Amino acid sequence: MKAWLRHTALLVALLIGGGLLGSVYASKPQGEPAEPQEVAVDGPEVVSQEEAKLDVVGLIFEHIGDSYSWHITTINGHHIEIPLLCIVRSQEGRWYAFSSAKVAHGHTHEGFFINHEGEQWKGKLVAHNSEGELYRPLDLSITKNAAGVMFNSLVVIVIILGVAGWYRRRNYDHTAVPRGFVGAVEMLIVSLVDDVIKPSVGKDYKRYSPYLLTAFFFIFVSNLLGLVPIFPGGANVTGNIAITLVLALATMFAVNVFGNKEYWKEILWPDVPVWMKFPIPLMPVIEIFGIISKPFALTIRLFANIMAGHTVLIALTCLVFITVNMGATMNGVMTVFSVLLSVFMLVLELLVAYIQAYVFTMLSAVFIGLSRKEHHAAHKPTQQHK
Amino acid sequence: MSLLTPELGLLFWMLLSFLIVFGVLAKFGFPVITGMVDKRRAQIEEGLAAAKEATERLQSVEQEAAHIIEEAQKRHAEIVAGAMADSHRIVDGARQKAEAEATAKVEAALSQIEIEKQKALGELRTEVAMLSVEVAEKVLREKMAHSEAQSSYIERLINEAESEQPKPNA
Repeated sequence: MKAWLRHTALLVALLIGGGLLGSVYASKPQGEPAEPQEVAVDGPEVVSQEEAKLDVVGLIFEHIGDSYSWHITTINGHHIEIPLLCIVRSQEGRWYAFSSAKVAHGHTHEGFFINHEGEQWKGKLVAHNSEGELYRPLDLSITKNAAGVMFNSLVVIVIILGVAGWYRRRNYDHTAVPRGFVGAVEMLIVSLVDDVIKPSVGKDYKRYSPYLLTAFFFIFVSNLLGLVPIFPGGANVTGNIAITLVLALATMFAVNVFGNKEYWKEILWPDVPVWMKFPIPLMPVIEIFGIISKPFALTIRLFANIMAGHTVLIALTCLVFITVNMGATMNGVMTVFSVLLSVFMLVLELLVAYIQAYVFTMLSAVFIGLSRKEHHAAHKPTQQHK
Repeated sequence: MSLLTPELGLLFWMLLSFLIVFGVLAKFGFPVITGMVDKRRAQIEEGLAAAKEATERLQSVEQEAAHIIEEAQKRHAEIVAGAMADSHRIVDGARQKAEAEATAKVEAALSQIEIEKQKALGELRTEVAMLSVEVAEKVLREKMAHSEAQSSYIERLINEAESEQPKPNA
Protein backbone atom coordinates (compact mmCIF):
# COMPACT_ATOMS: atom_id res chain seq x y z
CA MET A 1 0.00 0.00 0.00
CA LYS A 2 2.77 2.43 0.92
CA ALA A 3 4.68 1.59 -2.25
CA TRP A 4 1.56 2.24 -4.24
CA LEU A 5 1.13 5.66 -2.67
CA ARG A 6 4.77 6.51 -3.27
CA HIS A 7 4.51 5.56 -6.93
CA THR A 8 1.40 7.63 -7.37
CA ALA A 9 3.02 10.62 -5.71
CA LEU A 10 6.06 10.24 -7.96
CA LEU A 11 3.87 10.03 -11.04
CA VAL A 12 1.95 13.16 -10.07
CA ALA A 13 5.19 15.05 -9.37
CA LEU A 14 6.61 14.01 -12.73
CA LEU A 15 3.44 15.06 -14.49
CA ILE A 16 3.43 18.47 -12.87
CA GLY A 17 7.11 18.95 -13.64
CA GLY A 18 6.67 17.75 -17.18
CA GLY A 19 3.65 19.91 -17.73
CA LEU A 20 5.43 23.03 -16.49
CA LEU A 21 8.49 22.29 -18.60
CA GLY A 22 6.35 21.64 -21.63
CA SER A 23 4.50 24.88 -21.32
CA VAL A 24 7.71 26.83 -20.80
CA TYR A 25 9.14 25.34 -23.98
CA ALA A 26 5.89 25.90 -25.83
CA SER A 27 5.93 29.59 -24.99
CA LYS A 28 9.47 30.01 -26.27
CA PRO A 29 9.93 32.27 -29.27
CA GLN A 30 9.38 30.82 -32.72
CA GLY A 31 12.27 29.44 -34.67
CA GLU A 32 13.45 27.23 -31.84
CA PRO A 33 13.45 23.55 -32.69
CA ALA A 34 10.51 21.67 -31.32
CA GLU A 35 11.31 19.97 -28.09
CA PRO A 36 11.29 16.19 -27.92
CA GLN A 37 9.10 16.35 -24.82
CA GLU A 38 6.17 17.46 -26.90
CA VAL A 39 6.66 14.67 -29.34
CA ALA A 40 6.89 12.12 -26.62
CA VAL A 41 3.63 13.11 -24.95
CA ASP A 42 1.37 12.48 -27.88
CA GLY A 43 2.78 12.13 -31.35
CA PRO A 44 -0.06 12.78 -33.75
CA GLU A 45 -1.48 15.62 -31.72
CA VAL A 46 1.71 17.67 -31.51
CA VAL A 47 1.03 21.35 -31.69
CA SER A 48 2.96 22.84 -34.48
CA GLN A 49 4.07 26.19 -33.25
CA GLU A 50 2.99 27.99 -36.37
CA GLU A 51 -0.62 27.18 -35.55
CA ALA A 52 -2.03 29.57 -33.07
CA LYS A 53 -5.08 27.45 -32.43
CA LEU A 54 -5.46 23.72 -32.26
CA ASP A 55 -8.19 22.22 -34.39
CA VAL A 56 -9.44 19.74 -31.78
CA VAL A 57 -12.56 18.76 -33.70
CA GLY A 58 -10.51 18.12 -36.82
CA LEU A 59 -8.08 16.09 -34.80
CA ILE A 60 -10.83 13.97 -33.31
CA PHE A 61 -12.48 13.41 -36.66
CA GLU A 62 -9.14 12.54 -38.19
CA HIS A 63 -8.69 9.83 -35.59
CA ILE A 64 -12.14 8.31 -35.49
CA GLY A 65 -12.54 8.60 -39.23
CA ASP A 66 -10.73 6.65 -41.88
CA SER A 67 -7.72 7.57 -44.00
CA TYR A 68 -5.79 6.23 -46.92
CA SER A 69 -2.49 6.06 -45.07
CA TRP A 70 -1.66 5.06 -41.51
CA HIS A 71 -0.39 8.16 -39.81
CA ILE A 72 1.94 7.35 -36.93
CA THR A 73 3.38 10.65 -35.82
CA THR A 74 4.68 13.97 -36.97
CA ILE A 75 8.14 15.13 -35.98
CA ASN A 76 9.19 18.69 -36.82
CA GLY A 77 6.44 18.94 -39.37
CA HIS A 78 7.58 15.76 -41.04
CA HIS A 79 4.84 13.14 -41.25
CA ILE A 80 5.73 9.57 -40.45
CA GLU A 81 3.08 7.38 -41.94
CA ILE A 82 2.68 3.97 -43.44
CA PRO A 83 1.41 4.11 -47.01
CA LEU A 84 -1.42 1.71 -47.75
CA LEU A 85 -2.80 0.24 -50.94
CA CYS A 86 -5.36 2.24 -52.92
CA ILE A 87 -7.60 0.18 -55.17
CA VAL A 88 -10.06 2.11 -57.33
CA ARG A 89 -12.09 1.58 -60.46
CA SER A 90 -12.55 4.51 -62.76
CA GLN A 91 -15.81 5.28 -64.52
CA GLU A 92 -14.35 3.72 -67.63
CA GLY A 93 -14.18 0.42 -65.78
CA ARG A 94 -10.42 0.25 -65.36
CA TRP A 95 -8.92 -0.87 -62.09
CA TYR A 96 -6.05 1.02 -60.55
CA ALA A 97 -3.87 -0.02 -57.62
CA PHE A 98 -1.26 2.30 -56.19
CA SER A 99 0.38 3.29 -52.96
CA SER A 100 -1.36 5.96 -50.93
CA ALA A 101 1.96 7.83 -50.81
CA LYS A 102 1.35 8.79 -54.46
CA VAL A 103 -1.79 10.74 -53.61
CA ALA A 104 -0.55 12.11 -50.29
CA HIS A 105 -0.21 15.85 -49.70
CA GLY A 106 -2.33 16.91 -52.66
CA HIS A 107 -0.55 14.85 -55.31
CA THR A 108 -2.48 13.40 -58.21
CA HIS A 109 -1.90 9.91 -59.52
CA GLU A 110 -3.53 8.63 -62.74
CA GLY A 111 -6.10 11.38 -62.34
CA PHE A 112 -7.02 10.32 -58.81
CA PHE A 113 -6.55 12.65 -55.91
CA ILE A 114 -7.85 13.08 -52.38
CA ASN A 115 -10.57 15.68 -52.27
CA HIS A 116 -9.89 18.44 -49.77
CA GLU A 117 -12.52 20.90 -50.96
CA GLY A 118 -16.21 20.95 -50.44
CA GLU A 119 -18.31 18.89 -48.11
CA GLN A 120 -19.06 16.13 -50.59
CA TRP A 121 -16.48 13.32 -50.69
CA LYS A 122 -14.18 15.20 -48.39
CA GLY A 123 -11.00 13.24 -47.77
CA LYS A 124 -11.97 10.60 -50.33
CA LEU A 125 -10.29 9.60 -53.55
CA VAL A 126 -11.97 11.33 -56.45
CA ALA A 127 -11.28 11.91 -60.14
CA HIS A 128 -12.56 13.96 -63.04
CA ASN A 129 -14.46 12.20 -65.78
CA SER A 130 -14.25 12.98 -69.45
CA GLU A 131 -16.73 15.83 -69.07
CA GLY A 132 -14.58 17.33 -66.39
CA GLU A 133 -17.03 16.54 -63.59
CA LEU A 134 -15.83 15.36 -60.26
CA TYR A 135 -16.87 11.77 -59.48
CA ARG A 136 -16.21 9.16 -56.88
CA PRO A 137 -14.70 5.97 -58.30
CA LEU A 138 -15.53 2.53 -56.96
CA ASP A 139 -13.16 2.54 -54.04
CA LEU A 140 -11.92 -0.73 -52.55
CA SER A 141 -8.80 0.82 -51.04
CA ILE A 142 -7.22 -0.84 -48.08
CA THR A 143 -7.65 2.12 -45.80
CA LYS A 144 -6.37 2.49 -42.27
CA ASN A 145 -9.48 0.81 -40.88
CA ALA A 146 -9.39 -1.96 -43.48
CA ALA A 147 -5.76 -2.61 -42.59
CA GLY A 148 -6.77 -2.50 -38.93
CA VAL A 149 -9.51 -5.05 -39.60
CA MET A 150 -6.99 -7.33 -41.30
CA PHE A 151 -4.47 -6.97 -38.52
CA ASN A 152 -7.11 -7.60 -35.86
CA SER A 153 -8.38 -10.61 -37.80
CA LEU A 154 -4.86 -11.95 -37.86
CA VAL A 155 -4.51 -11.43 -34.12
CA VAL A 156 -7.81 -13.21 -33.45
CA ILE A 157 -6.82 -16.12 -35.69
CA VAL A 158 -3.40 -16.38 -34.07
CA ILE A 159 -4.87 -16.34 -30.56
CA ILE A 160 -7.59 -18.89 -31.17
CA LEU A 161 -5.55 -21.20 -33.38
CA GLY A 162 -2.76 -20.88 -30.80
CA VAL A 163 -5.12 -22.11 -28.11
CA ALA A 164 -6.43 -24.88 -30.37
CA GLY A 165 -2.82 -25.75 -31.22
CA TRP A 166 -2.05 -26.12 -27.56
CA TYR A 167 -4.42 -29.10 -27.53
CA ARG A 168 -3.13 -30.39 -30.85
CA ARG A 169 0.41 -30.45 -29.47
CA ARG A 170 -0.89 -32.61 -26.63
CA ASN A 171 -2.60 -34.99 -29.07
CA TYR A 172 -6.05 -33.92 -27.89
CA ASP A 173 -5.39 -35.35 -24.47
CA HIS A 174 -8.38 -34.09 -22.55
CA THR A 175 -6.69 -34.64 -19.21
CA ALA A 176 -4.27 -31.80 -20.01
CA VAL A 177 -5.39 -28.59 -18.31
CA PRO A 178 -4.12 -25.33 -19.80
CA ARG A 179 -2.64 -22.59 -17.66
CA GLY A 180 -1.68 -18.99 -18.24
CA PHE A 181 -2.85 -17.32 -21.43
CA VAL A 182 -4.29 -20.46 -22.99
CA GLY A 183 -6.19 -21.15 -19.79
CA ALA A 184 -7.51 -17.58 -19.72
CA VAL A 185 -8.77 -17.76 -23.30
CA GLU A 186 -10.31 -21.15 -22.62
CA MET A 187 -12.00 -19.78 -19.51
CA LEU A 188 -13.39 -16.88 -21.54
CA ILE A 189 -14.73 -19.26 -24.18
CA VAL A 190 -16.25 -21.57 -21.59
CA SER A 191 -17.87 -18.70 -19.73
CA LEU A 192 -19.38 -17.39 -22.98
CA VAL A 193 -20.63 -20.78 -24.09
CA ASP A 194 -22.05 -21.72 -20.70
CA ASP A 195 -23.41 -18.41 -19.51
CA VAL A 196 -24.40 -16.66 -22.71
CA ILE A 197 -24.71 -18.92 -25.73
CA LYS A 198 -26.17 -22.08 -24.18
CA PRO A 199 -28.97 -20.41 -22.19
CA SER A 200 -29.80 -17.89 -24.93
CA VAL A 201 -29.73 -20.03 -28.05
CA GLY A 202 -31.20 -23.21 -26.66
CA LYS A 203 -30.65 -26.78 -27.58
CA ASP A 204 -28.75 -26.49 -30.87
CA TYR A 205 -26.35 -23.90 -29.51
CA LYS A 206 -23.34 -25.83 -30.82
CA ARG A 207 -24.22 -24.86 -34.36
CA TYR A 208 -24.10 -21.16 -33.54
CA SER A 209 -21.34 -20.98 -30.97
CA PRO A 210 -18.48 -20.69 -33.54
CA TYR A 211 -20.11 -17.62 -35.10
CA LEU A 212 -20.94 -16.02 -31.76
CA LEU A 213 -17.47 -16.70 -30.39
CA THR A 214 -15.86 -15.34 -33.54
CA ALA A 215 -17.93 -12.18 -33.26
CA PHE A 216 -17.05 -11.84 -29.58
CA PHE A 217 -13.33 -12.28 -30.07
CA PHE A 218 -13.23 -10.06 -33.14
CA ILE A 219 -15.01 -7.25 -31.31
CA PHE A 220 -13.10 -7.74 -28.07
CA VAL A 221 -9.67 -7.81 -29.73
CA SER A 222 -10.58 -4.86 -31.97
CA ASN A 223 -11.81 -2.87 -28.98
CA LEU A 224 -8.64 -3.58 -27.03
CA LEU A 225 -6.29 -2.90 -29.95
CA GLY A 226 -8.19 0.31 -30.59
CA LEU A 227 -7.07 1.47 -27.16
CA VAL A 228 -3.39 0.88 -27.94
CA PRO A 229 -2.23 4.32 -29.05
CA ILE A 230 0.66 3.25 -31.30
CA PHE A 231 0.81 1.32 -34.57
CA PRO A 232 -0.53 -1.32 -35.28
CA GLY A 233 -3.20 -0.56 -32.71
CA GLY A 234 -5.16 2.61 -32.49
CA ALA A 235 -7.31 2.14 -35.54
CA ASN A 236 -10.88 3.00 -34.67
CA VAL A 237 -12.14 -0.30 -36.05
CA THR A 238 -15.19 -1.11 -33.94
CA GLY A 239 -16.00 2.59 -33.77
CA ASN A 240 -16.63 2.57 -37.50
CA ILE A 241 -20.16 2.03 -38.65
CA ALA A 242 -19.19 -0.10 -41.66
CA ILE A 243 -17.54 -2.67 -39.42
CA THR A 244 -20.38 -2.86 -36.89
CA LEU A 245 -22.85 -2.98 -39.79
CA VAL A 246 -21.19 -6.08 -41.22
CA LEU A 247 -21.20 -7.75 -37.81
CA ALA A 248 -24.86 -6.89 -37.25
CA LEU A 249 -25.78 -8.09 -40.75
CA ALA A 250 -24.02 -11.36 -40.01
CA THR A 251 -26.24 -11.78 -36.94
CA MET A 252 -29.29 -10.81 -38.98
CA PHE A 253 -28.30 -13.41 -41.55
CA ALA A 254 -27.92 -16.09 -38.88
CA VAL A 255 -31.28 -15.15 -37.36
CA ASN A 256 -33.38 -14.98 -40.50
CA VAL A 257 -31.82 -17.64 -42.70
CA PHE A 258 -31.86 -20.33 -40.04
CA GLY A 259 -35.06 -19.17 -38.36
CA ASN A 260 -37.58 -21.98 -38.00
CA LYS A 261 -41.26 -22.15 -38.82
CA GLU A 262 -42.28 -20.95 -35.37
CA TYR A 263 -40.18 -17.81 -35.83
CA TRP A 264 -41.75 -16.89 -39.16
CA LYS A 265 -45.20 -17.66 -37.83
CA GLU A 266 -44.58 -15.23 -34.95
CA ILE A 267 -43.70 -12.56 -37.46
CA LEU A 268 -46.32 -13.11 -40.14
CA TRP A 269 -49.20 -14.46 -38.05
CA PRO A 270 -48.52 -13.69 -34.39
CA ASP A 271 -50.75 -14.76 -31.48
CA VAL A 272 -52.84 -11.62 -31.36
CA PRO A 273 -56.53 -10.90 -32.05
CA VAL A 274 -57.31 -11.34 -35.71
CA TRP A 275 -58.23 -7.69 -36.27
CA MET A 276 -54.63 -6.74 -35.48
CA LYS A 277 -53.28 -8.76 -38.38
CA PHE A 278 -56.17 -8.78 -40.88
CA PRO A 279 -57.14 -6.96 -43.07
CA ILE A 280 -54.53 -4.37 -42.03
CA PRO A 281 -51.38 -6.35 -41.10
CA LEU A 282 -50.55 -4.16 -38.11
CA MET A 283 -48.57 -6.67 -36.07
CA PRO A 284 -46.76 -8.26 -39.04
CA VAL A 285 -45.56 -4.82 -40.10
CA ILE A 286 -44.27 -4.13 -36.60
CA GLU A 287 -42.61 -7.52 -36.47
CA ILE A 288 -41.01 -7.05 -39.88
CA PHE A 289 -39.77 -3.67 -38.74
CA GLY A 290 -38.23 -5.56 -35.80
CA ILE A 291 -36.20 -7.66 -38.21
CA ILE A 292 -34.53 -4.46 -39.41
CA SER A 293 -34.37 -2.62 -36.11
CA LYS A 294 -32.52 -5.42 -34.31
CA PRO A 295 -29.36 -5.30 -36.46
CA PHE A 296 -29.69 -1.52 -36.58
CA ALA A 297 -29.59 -1.40 -32.80
CA LEU A 298 -26.60 -3.75 -32.74
CA THR A 299 -24.79 -1.59 -35.30
CA ILE A 300 -25.38 1.71 -33.55
CA ARG A 301 -24.77 0.44 -30.01
CA LEU A 302 -21.29 -0.89 -30.68
CA PHE A 303 -20.31 1.92 -33.05
CA ALA A 304 -21.49 4.71 -30.78
CA ASN A 305 -19.97 3.26 -27.62
CA ILE A 306 -16.51 2.76 -29.06
CA MET A 307 -16.52 5.97 -31.04
CA ALA A 308 -17.57 7.95 -27.99
CA GLY A 309 -14.81 6.36 -25.93
CA HIS A 310 -12.18 7.29 -28.51
CA THR A 311 -13.55 10.80 -28.80
CA VAL A 312 -13.44 11.40 -25.06
CA LEU A 313 -9.92 9.99 -24.82
CA ILE A 314 -8.60 12.26 -27.56
CA ALA A 315 -10.41 15.27 -26.17
CA LEU A 316 -8.86 14.64 -22.76
CA THR A 317 -5.42 14.29 -24.30
CA CYS A 318 -5.95 17.52 -26.23
CA LEU A 319 -6.55 19.36 -22.94
CA VAL A 320 -2.77 19.52 -22.61
CA PHE A 321 -2.39 21.32 -25.93
CA ILE A 322 -5.45 23.50 -25.67
CA THR A 323 -4.24 24.99 -22.41
CA VAL A 324 -0.70 25.70 -23.62
CA ASN A 325 -1.50 29.36 -24.18
CA MET A 326 -3.08 29.80 -20.76
CA GLY A 327 0.22 30.03 -18.94
CA ALA A 328 2.56 27.60 -17.28
CA THR A 329 0.59 27.05 -14.08
CA MET A 330 -2.71 26.43 -15.78
CA ASN A 331 -1.08 24.21 -18.37
CA GLY A 332 0.74 22.21 -15.68
CA VAL A 333 -2.41 21.67 -13.67
CA MET A 334 -4.38 20.72 -16.76
CA THR A 335 -1.64 18.28 -17.81
CA VAL A 336 -1.95 16.43 -14.54
CA PHE A 337 -5.71 16.56 -14.83
CA SER A 338 -5.59 15.35 -18.42
CA VAL A 339 -3.32 12.40 -17.77
CA LEU A 340 -5.22 11.29 -14.67
CA LEU A 341 -8.51 11.51 -16.52
CA SER A 342 -7.02 9.71 -19.52
CA VAL A 343 -5.85 6.89 -17.28
CA PHE A 344 -9.29 6.69 -15.74
CA MET A 345 -10.94 6.71 -19.17
CA LEU A 346 -8.58 4.05 -20.50
CA VAL A 347 -9.41 1.77 -17.59
CA LEU A 348 -13.08 2.46 -18.15
CA GLU A 349 -12.65 1.74 -21.85
CA LEU A 350 -11.07 -1.61 -21.01
CA LEU A 351 -14.29 -2.43 -19.21
CA VAL A 352 -16.35 -1.07 -22.09
CA ALA A 353 -14.29 -3.13 -24.56
CA TYR A 354 -15.36 -6.29 -22.78
CA ILE A 355 -18.91 -5.20 -22.04
CA GLN A 356 -19.66 -4.17 -25.62
CA ALA A 357 -18.25 -7.39 -27.05
CA TYR A 358 -20.25 -9.30 -24.45
CA VAL A 359 -23.44 -7.36 -25.13
CA PHE A 360 -23.14 -7.84 -28.88
CA THR A 361 -22.61 -11.58 -28.41
CA MET A 362 -25.40 -11.88 -25.88
CA LEU A 363 -27.93 -9.98 -27.99
CA SER A 364 -26.96 -11.96 -31.08
CA ALA A 365 -27.42 -15.15 -29.09
CA VAL A 366 -30.79 -13.97 -27.79
CA PHE A 367 -31.98 -13.03 -31.31
CA ILE A 368 -30.82 -16.39 -32.63
CA GLY A 369 -32.52 -18.10 -29.72
CA LEU A 370 -35.77 -16.32 -30.56
CA SER A 371 -35.51 -17.57 -34.12
CA ARG A 372 -35.11 -21.16 -32.87
CA LYS A 373 -37.99 -21.15 -30.43
CA GLU A 374 -40.18 -24.21 -30.32
CA HIS A 375 -43.71 -24.83 -29.01
CA HIS A 376 -43.96 -21.28 -27.86
CA ALA A 377 -47.75 -21.40 -27.56
CA ALA A 378 -47.69 -24.72 -25.70
CA HIS A 379 -45.24 -23.60 -23.05
CA LYS A 380 -46.32 -20.18 -21.99
CA PRO A 381 -49.83 -20.88 -20.63
CA THR A 382 -48.54 -23.63 -18.34
CA GLN A 383 -45.91 -21.29 -16.96
CA GLN A 384 -48.48 -18.59 -16.36
CA HIS A 385 -50.83 -20.96 -14.57
CA LYS A 386 -48.07 -21.85 -12.20
CA MET B 1 -15.28 11.41 -43.91
CA SER B 2 -18.77 11.09 -42.69
CA LEU B 3 -19.22 9.02 -39.58
CA LEU B 4 -22.64 7.60 -40.23
CA THR B 5 -22.31 6.49 -43.83
CA PRO B 6 -20.60 3.15 -44.20
CA GLU B 7 -17.86 3.09 -46.84
CA LEU B 8 -18.25 0.47 -49.52
CA GLY B 9 -14.55 -0.41 -49.56
CA LEU B 10 -14.44 -0.89 -45.81
CA LEU B 11 -17.64 -2.96 -45.91
CA PHE B 12 -16.04 -5.17 -48.53
CA TRP B 13 -12.78 -5.69 -46.65
CA MET B 14 -14.56 -6.17 -43.35
CA LEU B 15 -16.91 -8.76 -44.86
CA LEU B 16 -14.01 -10.58 -46.48
CA SER B 17 -11.86 -10.52 -43.35
CA PHE B 18 -14.68 -11.53 -41.07
CA LEU B 19 -15.73 -14.40 -43.34
CA ILE B 20 -12.14 -15.66 -43.44
CA VAL B 21 -11.78 -15.36 -39.67
CA PHE B 22 -15.12 -17.07 -39.16
CA GLY B 23 -14.29 -19.82 -41.66
CA VAL B 24 -10.89 -20.55 -40.19
CA LEU B 25 -11.99 -20.41 -36.57
CA ALA B 26 -15.24 -22.31 -37.10
CA LYS B 27 -13.26 -25.10 -38.74
CA PHE B 28 -9.98 -25.23 -36.83
CA GLY B 29 -10.42 -23.04 -33.78
CA PHE B 30 -13.49 -23.08 -31.59
CA PRO B 31 -14.75 -26.64 -32.17
CA VAL B 32 -11.38 -27.96 -31.03
CA ILE B 33 -11.44 -25.88 -27.85
CA THR B 34 -15.10 -26.45 -26.97
CA GLY B 35 -14.72 -30.13 -27.86
CA MET B 36 -11.76 -30.50 -25.52
CA VAL B 37 -13.59 -28.65 -22.78
CA ASP B 38 -16.66 -30.86 -23.23
CA LYS B 39 -14.50 -33.97 -23.19
CA ARG B 40 -12.71 -32.83 -20.07
CA ARG B 41 -16.02 -31.95 -18.45
CA ALA B 42 -17.41 -35.37 -19.32
CA GLN B 43 -14.29 -36.96 -17.87
CA ILE B 44 -14.59 -34.97 -14.67
CA GLU B 45 -18.26 -35.89 -14.35
CA GLU B 46 -17.39 -39.52 -15.02
CA GLY B 47 -14.66 -39.34 -12.41
CA LEU B 48 -17.00 -37.79 -9.89
CA ALA B 49 -19.64 -40.43 -10.57
CA ALA B 50 -17.02 -43.16 -10.25
CA ALA B 51 -15.75 -41.67 -7.01
CA LYS B 52 -19.30 -41.48 -5.67
CA GLU B 53 -19.94 -45.05 -6.67
CA ALA B 54 -16.65 -46.14 -5.12
CA THR B 55 -17.52 -44.34 -1.89
CA GLU B 56 -20.92 -45.97 -1.84
CA ARG B 57 -19.39 -49.36 -2.53
CA LEU B 58 -16.79 -48.75 0.13
CA GLN B 59 -19.52 -47.87 2.57
CA SER B 60 -21.47 -50.98 1.76
CA VAL B 61 -18.32 -53.05 2.01
CA GLU B 62 -17.54 -51.46 5.33
CA GLN B 63 -21.04 -52.23 6.51
CA GLU B 64 -20.68 -55.77 5.30
CA ALA B 65 -17.35 -56.06 7.05
CA ALA B 66 -18.82 -54.70 10.26
CA HIS B 67 -21.67 -57.13 9.88
CA ILE B 68 -19.27 -60.01 9.33
CA ILE B 69 -17.18 -59.00 12.32
CA GLU B 70 -20.28 -58.74 14.46
CA GLU B 71 -21.40 -62.15 13.30
CA ALA B 72 -17.97 -63.56 13.93
CA GLN B 73 -17.90 -62.10 17.40
CA LYS B 74 -21.30 -63.58 18.11
CA ARG B 75 -20.16 -66.94 16.80
CA HIS B 76 -16.98 -66.63 18.80
CA ALA B 77 -18.92 -65.91 21.96
CA GLU B 78 -21.23 -68.80 21.22
CA ILE B 79 -18.35 -71.15 20.57
CA VAL B 80 -16.51 -70.08 23.65
CA ALA B 81 -19.66 -70.46 25.74
CA GLY B 82 -20.27 -73.88 24.22
CA ALA B 83 -16.72 -74.93 24.80
CA MET B 84 -16.88 -73.76 28.39
CA ALA B 85 -20.09 -75.67 28.93
CA ASP B 86 -18.60 -78.72 27.25
CA SER B 87 -15.46 -78.56 29.29
CA HIS B 88 -17.49 -78.13 32.47
CA ARG B 89 -19.60 -81.06 31.49
CA ILE B 90 -16.60 -83.17 30.61
CA VAL B 91 -14.77 -82.26 33.76
CA ASP B 92 -17.89 -82.88 35.84
CA GLY B 93 -18.49 -86.16 34.08
CA ALA B 94 -14.90 -87.19 34.53
CA ARG B 95 -14.96 -86.21 38.16
CA GLN B 96 -18.17 -88.06 38.75
CA LYS B 97 -16.87 -91.07 36.94
CA ALA B 98 -13.63 -90.91 38.82
CA GLU B 99 -15.45 -90.53 42.09
CA ALA B 100 -17.76 -93.36 41.24
CA GLU B 101 -14.83 -95.52 40.23
CA ALA B 102 -12.92 -94.59 43.31
CA THR B 103 -15.91 -95.36 45.51
CA ALA B 104 -16.43 -98.63 43.70
CA LYS B 105 -12.77 -99.53 44.11
CA VAL B 106 -12.78 -98.58 47.78
CA GLU B 107 -15.94 -100.57 48.33
CA ALA B 108 -14.53 -103.53 46.49
CA ALA B 109 -11.34 -103.24 48.49
CA LEU B 110 -13.32 -102.97 51.71
CA SER B 111 -15.41 -105.97 50.89
CA GLN B 112 -12.28 -107.86 49.87
CA ILE B 113 -10.69 -106.81 53.12
CA GLU B 114 -13.81 -107.98 54.97
CA ILE B 115 -13.74 -111.27 53.15
CA GLU B 116 -10.04 -111.62 53.82
CA LYS B 117 -10.60 -110.64 57.40
CA GLN B 118 -13.40 -113.16 57.76
CA LYS B 119 -11.24 -115.78 56.14
CA ALA B 120 -8.28 -114.89 58.32
CA LEU B 121 -10.53 -114.86 61.35
CA GLY B 122 -11.95 -118.25 60.38
CA GLU B 123 -8.51 -119.65 59.91
CA LEU B 124 -7.30 -118.09 63.09
CA ARG B 125 -10.27 -119.50 64.94
CA THR B 126 -9.70 -122.94 63.53
CA GLU B 127 -6.01 -122.64 64.38
CA VAL B 128 -6.84 -121.41 67.87
CA ALA B 129 -9.41 -124.15 68.27
CA MET B 130 -6.88 -126.74 67.16
CA LEU B 131 -4.25 -125.28 69.41
CA SER B 132 -6.55 -125.07 72.36
CA VAL B 133 -7.71 -128.60 71.70
CA GLU B 134 -4.10 -129.74 71.58
CA VAL B 135 -3.28 -127.74 74.65
CA ALA B 136 -6.39 -128.99 76.35
CA GLU B 137 -5.46 -132.52 75.41
CA LYS B 138 -1.98 -132.03 76.86
CA VAL B 139 -3.35 -130.32 79.97
CA LEU B 140 -6.02 -132.89 80.35
CA ARG B 141 -3.53 -135.69 79.92
CA GLU B 142 -1.46 -134.08 82.55
CA LYS B 143 -4.30 -133.28 84.90
CA MET B 144 -6.44 -136.21 84.30
CA ALA B 145 -3.98 -138.53 85.69
CA HIS B 146 -6.02 -138.33 88.84
CA SER B 147 -9.64 -139.26 88.79
CA GLU B 148 -10.28 -136.65 91.35
CA ALA B 149 -8.85 -134.04 89.42
CA GLN B 150 -10.69 -135.35 86.50
CA SER B 151 -14.04 -135.12 88.13
CA SER B 152 -13.36 -131.65 89.61
CA TYR B 153 -12.30 -130.46 86.27
CA ILE B 154 -15.34 -131.78 84.69
CA GLU B 155 -17.26 -130.04 87.30
CA ARG B 156 -15.66 -126.83 86.69
CA LEU B 157 -16.08 -127.21 83.02
CA ILE B 158 -19.68 -127.73 83.42
CA ASN B 159 -19.94 -124.67 85.61
CA GLU B 160 -18.13 -122.65 83.17
CA ALA B 161 -20.31 -123.91 80.45
CA GLU B 162 -23.30 -123.06 82.42
CA SER B 163 -22.11 -119.56 83.15
CA GLU B 164 -21.23 -118.97 79.56
CA GLN B 165 -24.58 -120.32 78.44
CA PRO B 166 -26.45 -117.03 78.12
CA LYS B 167 -23.81 -115.60 75.79
CA PRO B 168 -22.72 -118.19 73.28
CA ASN B 169 -20.38 -117.39 70.40
CA ALA B 170 -19.08 -114.23 72.03
